[in-house]
Amino acid sequence: MAHNTSEEHSSEPKEGSLLGWIDRRYPLISTWNAHVAEYYAPKNFNFFYFFGSLALIVLVSQIVTGLWLTMSYKPSAAEAFNSVEYIMRDVQWGWLIRYLHSTGASAFFLVVYLHMTRALLYGSYKEPRELVWLIGMMMFVVLMAEAFMGYLLPWGQMSYWGAQVIISLFGAIPVIGPDLALWVRGDFIISDVTLNRFFALHVIALPLVLIILVFMHIVALHKVGSNNPDGIEIKKYKNEKGIPLDGIPFHPYYTVKDSMGAVFFMILFALVVFYFPEGGGYFIEAPNFEPANPLKTPDHIAPVWYFTPFYAILRAVPDKFLGVVAMGAAIAVLFAMPWLDRCKVRSIRYRGLSYKLLLTMLIVSFVILGWLGTQPSTPLLTKLAQIFTALYFAFFLVLPFTSVNEKTKPVPERVT
Amino acid sequence: MSEKHKTIGVDLKRRKILTGVTGVVGAVGATFVAVPFVSSWQPSEKAKAAGAPVDIDISKMQPGQMMTVAWRGKPVWVVRRTPDMLAKLPASDAQLRDPDSQESLQPDYCQNPSRAVNEEYFVVVGICTHLGCAPLYRPAIGSPDVGADWQGGFFCPCHGSRFDLAGRIFQSLPAPTNLEVPPHYYKTATLIRVGEDPQKEGVA
Repeated sequence: MAHNTSEEHSSEPKEGSLLGWIDRRYPLISTWNAHVAEYYAPKNFNFFYFFGSLALIVLVSQIVTGLWLTMSYKPSAAEAFNSVEYIMRDVQWGWLIRYLHSTGASAFFLVVYLHMTRALLYGSYKEPRELVWLIGMMMFVVLMAEAFMGYLLPWGQMSYWGAQVIISLFGAIPVIGPDLALWVRGDFIISDVTLNRFFALHVIALPLVLIILVFMHIVALHKVGSNNPDGIEIKKYKNEKGIPLDGIPFHPYYTVKDSMGAVFFMILFALVVFYFPEGGGYFIEAPNFEPANPLKTPDHIAPVWYFTPFYAILRAVPDKFLGVVAMGAAIAVLFAMPWLDRCKVRSIRYRGLSYKLLLTMLIVSFVILGWLGTQPSTPLLTKLAQIFTALYFAFFLVLPFTSVNEKTKPVPERVT
Repeated sequence: MSEKHKTIGVDLKRRKILTGVTGVVGAVGATFVAVPFVSSWQPSEKAKAAGAPVDIDISKMQPGQMMTVAWRGKPVWVVRRTPDMLAKLPASDAQLRDPDSQESLQPDYCQNPSRAVNEEYFVVVGICTHLGCAPLYRPAIGSPDVGADWQGGFFCPCHGSRFDLAGRIFQSLPAPTNLEVPPHYYKTATLIRVGEDPQKEGVA
């Protein structure tokens, strides 16, 4: 009791203090308390719960390194490739800033894919967190656009032909397709015009949208509260002060825990940046060390690793328009997860065998499609891509039926 | 109480109509404002002007040789086909998706079995009709990576589409139509102008 009073007392700013002056004009302390100091998160977060804060750290890193890159980069077809080489060779520490940014893109997707896997494992997309999931999915789509446009900027062979393929996807839409592709490019081919506008979108428009969505993602999350590995509501059991019994304040408990995760992540990230910055051709592909040549496609073109699962789905369908539809559907169907999964139990710990098998099938298919997307297309690999595309979609088709009457285990009342 | 306070002296119906009308006027205004921003993404006058026709000198081409020139920034190929290559074209008709080029893009004067004005010289836009990669010219017969029964043609490395030596797509491959034949005509016997139809000579 005495402890509580002293705590309340300490949160009140002192009379005549600067903090007090600000707090009377701006809801500083109440905002801090609502979202950090008195935001009660479940106490049983595990390894998978690091990736939300890690995604935020990578976003900040991408914004800072990106800002520095714009100081030396030239967004024109004539100068872009050379300006990137200038950054790599002549700008002081330019190589580090550029590698932090290019490797950061891969780190971003790795972290985001693990963050999404967490949601699938513990049912974090389920009622009442549907909007958290939907806003997150929007961020994923914007992030893909951001990464795609960023990859054009070095104006290498893979930049050029990757953009050519992706923009041509719009051309596959019936009736309006060709005009739409022309509108996106601003020219009859990928040109200086396209590069310049992608630069503008990459450094201004999409990062702004991303930041707004991050804000909304957190606002939505803090309204409904965080899920946890047991998938149960901690708000069900509260003490006399209305604080969840299984909740702990985000600060200092999770700020400290997430800092530990951040340090560990940064060690791994630094190792990649310093010793493996091109990721063996997966983070920066070999043809991108040649300037863009509109008359010659590289012998083997493949997107960066984080797009390859969707690219493999595109290639698997032997019809231009349907291929594009399948690729779009592979992303779009994820938006529907909160409604496709009709099981009341959230966490995989207490769900039936069917969901465990289906989710394993989804993840395995996604990883194998990812590998297939990096390989040249041969009849055998195309066949495999078709099989795993079918399995990928099977997850979403079968789930609504198996999840209704799933044989679940009893769910605990309190977190374990 | 608050309910009472709200409705005193207020014609809610009228207010609703006015709010709606104001909203519509605002939306119309916003649509007009969007026009310059959306149109700004269309190709500029400069980009449109860059689509001028190009001339290709074919006097030094050897039989079987392919050359590439840029037209509107796109690769345009000229392939000097040998009589042997031409003789083999009809043999693959049954395996093609669009053997008569009914659904493909070409000028009317090139919608013929060899898809050319002069069947010896095949002029085609070297961009795959699937997703815009530049296919590779693979004239050699029976290459292991494109198939043992390969009779020569074009192979797209991006997604594996295969075209014969008249740019016609084989069945069950991603590309939907045959390669596009650009408008062109023979200015002289050895000079091809790409980017103009013969009847429109002199009109840019």
